[in-house]
Amino acid sequence: MPLSEYLLRLGDDRLILGHRLSEWCGHGPILEEDIALANMALDLVGQANLFLELAGKAEGQGKSADSLAYFREAIEFRNALIVELPRGDFAFTTARQFLVSVFEMLHLEKLQSSAHSDLAGIAAKAFKETRYHARHSADWMLKLGDGTADSHTRVQNAVNELWRFTGELFEVDDVERDLVTEGIATDRSALREPWRSEVTRVLHAATLTVPDDGFMQRGGREGRHTEHLGLLLAEMQIVARSFPGAEW
Amino acid sequence: MRAREEYWAAVGAVLDPEVPVLSVIDLGIVRDMREERGTVVVDVTPTYSGCPAMQTIEHDIVEALEKAGAPRVVVNTIFQPAWTTDWISAEAKERLRAYGIAPPSGTASVATELIPLQRRQDIITCPHCGSRNTERRSEFGSTACKAIYYCAGCAEPFEYFKPL
Repeated sequence: MPLSEYLLRLGDDRLILGHRLSEWCGHGPILEEDIALANMALDLVGQANLFLELAGKAEGQGKSADSLAYFREAIEFRNALIVELPRGDFAFTTARQFLVSVFEMLHLEKLQSSAHSDLAGIAAKAFKETRYHARHSADWMLKLGDGTADSHTRVQNAVNELWRFTGELFEVDDVERDLVTEGIATDRSALREPWRSEVTRVLHAATLTVPDDGFMQRGGREGRHTEHLGLLLAEMQIVARSFPGAEW
Repeated sequence: MRAREEYWAAVGAVLDPEVPVLSVIDLGIVRDMREERGTVVVDVTPTYSGCPAMQTIEHDIVEALEKAGAPRVVVNTIFQPAWTTDWISAEAKERLRAYGIAPPSGTASVATELIPLQRRQDIITCPHCGSRNTERRSEFGSTACKAIYYCAGCAEPFEYFKPL
């Protein structure tokens, strides 16, 4: 089921990143930022809901977005590893948000012209939301990179640490190759250069160094995750699993 | 068949719970409404992907139509074309301003540069005192659709319904 698999990837990337951002609620460095992080989390979880609903339909076994979010095991999640890493300090959260948002902005911009009409419509809306995320996190990259010695060091370390998780975002496997040919999916590999140039432009303006490409971590798309995902899911899924079908 | 006028009037009275001066028709959330063999089918498009008001809005639409005598209501979610603030009419924007929220300025069209490093700030007029001496505090506010601004004219913060 290449289509449902692709939609799970789109949904899971957003669900897990949205959850990580939501962990900041009440812990942001300033009130406006606390609100901004929660707003971005809301956009991402909302997008996840739409993509997972489509994934459930494409799979054809009557699964809702909720059942996909709350009743799958870590090995069944299809998100890239970068989004499941613990939130770290504010520099780490900001750097991840920046690297991922720039990728998603380029990705969704193309996905707007998908041959799958609902997918194209959801992408068109998500693209506009993601532009706000990319701009906001780029603003912070400039402030932190070109800020104090401490903020500079922390955000540079975060970029260095995250770099080996960026390669997975551009991977195209058999599942996606056919969908790209059919005009449904976006060819991620073609986004690598535009992403690099956009990221480089901002990092340089922020007086930061672009790391060299080295060994790249992978495995999330096949369900091989870091140990961090299981802990995240334990928290995210506990209520739904303890009280199945609960409504409030 | 296009839904009868009393159904349109009923839906036109359903307000956005977060911005209770705009109806779901002003906002462009209701894209179409028709009657198919006794069933009223309402095409609804979501605003922001994660807008928590959407569920309430759908519930309120069904309730309003049932009160207006609709025997059966089906809410149909459509994704194409994606919702944009460009659909909010000039008259509705004026009501937004009078309510104390600065309406979206210009159009939501996409800038050529993906991430502008030198951010051109549109001048947003303060909805309270009309001053143009305002500044953006954050692009994210109390709801997904609003940004936080500050007015140096009247020294008050205000919200801006941001273009999407």
